[in-house]
Amino acid sequence: MSDEKKTAAYICKGCGLGDRLDCTELTTIAEKEGKAEIVREHEFLCNADGVAMIQKDIDEGANRIIINACSRRAKTEAFNFENVAMTRANLREGVIWSQPDTDDARETTQEMAADYVRMACAEIKFMSIPEENPEHGSNKRLLVVGGGISGMTSAIEAARAGYEVILVEKTGTLGGMAAQLYKRVPDHEDYADPQDTGVPEMIAEIGADGLITVKLDSTITRTSGAPGQFSVDITKESGVTETENVGAIIQASGFTNYDANNLPHLGYGKSPDVVDQAGLEALARAADGGAIKRPSDGKEVTSVAFIQCAGQRSSKKGELSYCSGHCCNTSIKQAMYFKDANPDVDATIIYTDLRTPGNGEDFYRSAQKKRVIFTKGEVSEVTTSGDELEVKFNDLILNEDTAMNADLVVLATGQVPNSGVNIEAATPVSVDEVEAAAEADESRINTEVDTGTVQEVSVLNLTYRQGKDLPHLRHGFSDSHFICFPYETRRTGIYTTGPVRRPMDIAQAKEDATGAALKAIQAIENSSLGRAAHPRSGDLSYPDFRKENCTQCKRCTVECPFGAIDETEDGYPLFNESRCRRCGTCMGACPVRIISFANYSVDTVGAQLKAVDMPDEFDEKPRMLVLACENDAYPAIDMAGMNGKRYSPYVRIVPVRCLGSVNTIWISDAMNSGYDMVMLMGCKHGDDYQCHFVKGSELANIRMSKIGDTLQTLNLEPERVVDYEVAITDIDRIPQLINDAAEIIENIGMNPFKGF
Amino acid sequence: MRDKNAETMQKYHNDFLREVEANVEEGDWVHMCMQCGVCAGSCPLGDAWEHSPQKIFMMIRAGKREEVLTSDSMWMCTSCYNCIVRCPRELPITHIMHGLANYAHRLGIAPKMNPTRRFAKLFWNNIVKTGRVNELKLSISLYFMDGFTNGVKTSLEMTGMGLGMLKTGRLDAMGLLRSHGIKDKSGLHKALKKAREIEDARKGLS
Amino acid sequence: MAKEYSFYPGCSSERRASASNYMVSVESMCDTLDIKLNEIPDWNCCGASIGYAEGGELPRHVMNARNMALSEEASPGQDIIATCAACWLGTKETSERLRGSDALMADTNEALKEAGLQVKADQEVRHMVEALIEDLGYDELAKPVTKPLEGIKIAGYVGCQTNRPFGIVGESFENPKYLDKLVETVGAEPVEAYDQKVTCCGGALAFSEPDKSQVLIKKIIESAYDHGAEMIVTPCPVCQLNVEVYQGMINKKYNTKFNIPVMYYSQLMAVAYGSSAKEAGLNGNVVRSKKLEEIAAK
Repeated sequence: MSDEKKTAAYICKGCGLGDRLDCTELTTIAEKEGKAEIVREHEFLCNADGVAMIQKDIDEGANRIIINACSRRAKTEAFNFENVAMTRANLREGVIWSQPDTDDARETTQEMAADYVRMACAEIKFMSIPEENPEHGSNKRLLVVGGGISGMTSAIEAARAGYEVILVEKTGTLGGMAAQLYKRVPDHEDYADPQDTGVPEMIAEIGADGLITVKLDSTITRTSGAPGQFSVDITKESGVTETENVGAIIQASGFTNYDANNLPHLGYGKSPDVVDQAGLEALARAADGGAIKRPSDGKEVTSVAFIQCAGQRSSKKGELSYCSGHCCNTSIKQAMYFKDANPDVDATIIYTDLRTPGNGEDFYRSAQKKRVIFTKGEVSEVTTSGDELEVKFNDLILNEDTAMNADLVVLATGQVPNSGVNIEAATPVSVDEVEAAAEADESRINTEVDTGTVQEVSVLNLTYRQGKDLPHLRHGFSDSHFICFPYETRRTGIYTTGPVRRPMDIAQAKEDATGAALKAIQAIENSSLGRAAHPRSGDLSYPDFRKENCTQCKRCTVECPFGAIDETEDGYPLFNESRCRRCGTCMGACPVRIISFANYSVDTVGAQLKAVDMPDEFDEKPRMLVLACENDAYPAIDMAGMNGKRYSPYVRIVPVRCLGSVNTIWISDAMNSGYDMVMLMGCKHGDDYQCHFVKGSELANIRMSKIGDTLQTLNLEPERVVDYEVAITDIDRIPQLINDAAEIIENIGMNPFKGF
Repeated sequence: MRDKNAETMQKYHNDFLREVEANVEEGDWVHMCMQCGVCAGSCPLGDAWEHSPQKIFMMIRAGKREEVLTSDSMWMCTSCYNCIVRCPRELPITHIMHGLANYAHRLGIAPKMNPTRRFAKLFWNNIVKTGRVNELKLSISLYFMDGFTNGVKTSLEMTGMGLGMLKTGRLDAMGLLRSHGIKDKSGLHKALKKAREIEDARKGLS
Repeated sequence: MAKEYSFYPGCSSERRASASNYMVSVESMCDTLDIKLNEIPDWNCCGASIGYAEGGELPRHVMNARNMALSEEASPGQDIIATCAACWLGTKETSERLRGSDALMADTNEALKEAGLQVKADQEVRHMVEALIEDLGYDELAKPVTKPLEGIKIAGYVGCQTNRPFGIVGESFENPKYLDKLVETVGAEPVEAYDQKVTCCGGALAFSEPDKSQVLIKKIIESAYDHGAEMIVTPCPVCQLNVEVYQGMINKKYNTKFNIPVMYYSQLMAVAYGSSAKEAGLNGNVVRSKKLEEIAAK
């Protein structure tokens, strides 16, 4: 491909642009200021004729394309050209739809449009054509770690889709926890009775599937590489190690039962007749449909009490703070073991809130019909009296302390995720954070894990510099956004599923594991084409870095949310492009600005903000710069325009991949250029983050908290730079924030650097 | 008279839920209550009772026989059916409340002085006698329910209302004297007697 | 073509009983609409909502089943229509229970045999309002209107027993609209924001627990005033009685100045259809409606 740049700019006059804007002036700007070789106006650019016109120019050598029309989020199928670098000036949503159609507004509206044309022309000068990452791997095999319900389901589903699978299980049999059950909670109409687990059938299907290789008594002792090219050591109990290459990994390492020995007040460990739910399953399997006998003396149980939320949903130290989700349905099922064998057995479930998600409500109703007794109460103590147990509880309906006797007590304890080593207990998220912690002599990083069981054994043994396992979010569960992007972890190409991700039951785990298999397949396919995985799925660009200028500050290696950057032995960053999600957090972090993407760099954004025609102080036309995250903030601004929300004509909006990619040089450039305010709009951060790159908006927030000092040394008010968390639904709030900024400027005055 | 209450207690060995299921109208729904409390929040006389339906159901399960049957909460039911239509488990709560009231009344342990219990008794006797309501006789017996003096007092308080009804032709001043009711009184009486016999036999109350 | 129904008027509808004016207006309304009502011969009381306490289960059902049996004999194939909410509810409940339980059906017939009767429960039991809305429809009900009740703001007080647990088809328990629609049909203005339309008036407990019930009645009336209503309309004799006749006592107790007419839907319809004040039973109201009387006199 020729290196020679040939720029073509197109100005659309459709959708009212021609009526509202002086397009002739825009054409002149693109030609004279933007220095575009070709500039064409078109009545309806996205129609077949318009697209053909552009394609013809491309065929004749144009390779830098500027579409001055609607938002970059609109008409993406029409404006989809290969082997070119393209940018789009948002004149429709961003200008004519956000500004009133009045004579008064005509001048400022035109100024906005003119600036967006200038910005696009400036940006394109620094853009080159992204090319496929040469480092990509194309192994299409899948590794599934864990042979329980989740792992077996992922393996079966991936094989059904035609992918080869290696299924690794650390014990001697497949089936995991589900294989230990007598029966499972029903997953089909009429949700009335416990049903067989289905585990033997799944094991048989796996055995018969030529695409699935099962490795029992095996663990993962080393994982290195990247999507499409992972290398994994699988070690047998005997110590024999094999190395396998796979394209993606699904971690279905499941859960461990909470250790009920932490609950002596509920009688566990004091009487053999107090068991946890797993213990009851063992008794039920022994009874096999007959009368269940109690462990102490083998007497047939005539009364059983189930204590819900045992050691969970608790604020006590050493107990779980969360709800494990399945335990209510599980107790209902276990109560039915007794009722179905003998309706005269008294089965009482003592609960504070009965939570029966999905069709569990029908199952609950069925248990009521079977005359399982449900008592809303809070258990304080289980004691032994003679050969019976006494359960002391506060009846929450009758508001009184009371007690009941039972032959057997079952504790509904929770799930503790098998998520391996908590790598972040020791590792901070940013270099700044390390400094801040050192300054304040205290770490804000919470090293306390409330799982009651701290796990030391690694599941994946990653060779990544960031640590051996996947980062955790809360309570030791591995990090993934449970609504926006479940299964995704912060290690590209590695997906988690099942109770390692969040507490869940068999039905949920099966659905979850199917989803994870699909995500892993998507990663494999993207990777084999050298493209990014979610959320920039399909993006070819990747970070490029100029080693000669690197100061080895380690900001990029520490701050990359995805562990994509290792370090070479001599201390330089080592980019694993295939692990990269293309968020640009490294680019934002780099103090010497040596990291860039072919089509996104410090210069592409810097050039845009400098291209704006800055009115001088006496024009009384302030300028606000918005750096808007393209995932949520930018669409929300577009939608504000679509919905006819008006905002100040003095704002200039630049989309960024993620606030994590915002380099502080842009802020000082903006201040030096005379902007009166800079507003950063990104996603919510914290434990319930919505950042599509997990840590990007949080890192931006940390960086911006430092910029106040810089501003003060310049004698600028700290209010001039603000950082907002916005959601995609904030279509009323964002215009308000922009308008409020205009007011703030009125109060603090114009930027004194204007005109310098 | 035999002590029906003591006998029934003996029979059910204090398993009050089973007793309710067997003897109380729609009582076999009680175990389906999921303790959400919507009934309690829906009752128009919510301020007036001690035990909400939700609590009554819990007390039944907890075996609080005496407390339930002597409660006057069931007697606060206005038969508005709000609880029935709102109950997510579709329990016929109104009917269960009626059934519990009736059961307690028949066992002779319902609160003696509860005005609704006494009014209900008057009412039933009034309608059964002739087959139709005699509103004047009913009002008079109601006013004199607590003795002559109170009756005169209540009558006086109600005079304005009664006069209004008389004037508009909606109360029969001669209702005490006029012959009233259905023709086949004896057929009705025989059928009701039989019905009572059958019911009492079924519920162990005969 | 005349519509014909088996008719269960109920005790309160009797001459010189508390809802006699309801009956008067129903008769003239049905005349206009060409509805023929065949009164069940020798019908008895339904047991009302308070009958359960002394009457128990089976005797109560036998009371209603006797009426059903008499209706099946006298007007086979016709639906049973009741004008009183409690009569309708009691009879319909018995009918449904009998249909749902062979044992109850057998017990009931065993008792009825004593009176020489047998019940099949094969007739639908319906409230008058149901028949008007479902069999005729609002359009048909609007046709005979000759004196639209223009400019009168009326709060539709639906109450409990025509609304729950059975209700009118297509209506919600929490916000039934049929009374508002009927008010519109006769040319008056429904107070749609009236928020106590399904509040209980205390029912039979207005007698036994007057203080508690009057708190409810006060709420029902107050909200009507607050929303600008000049009149309340209801489909139920107990609602009508309780909301109308306790106004004086409530005024005394709470120092209010309630004096709002409480009419039956059938009275509104009779007046709108051109009946005289007497034919519409307007003279039967303790709180008289001057506006309706003026329209009727026109």
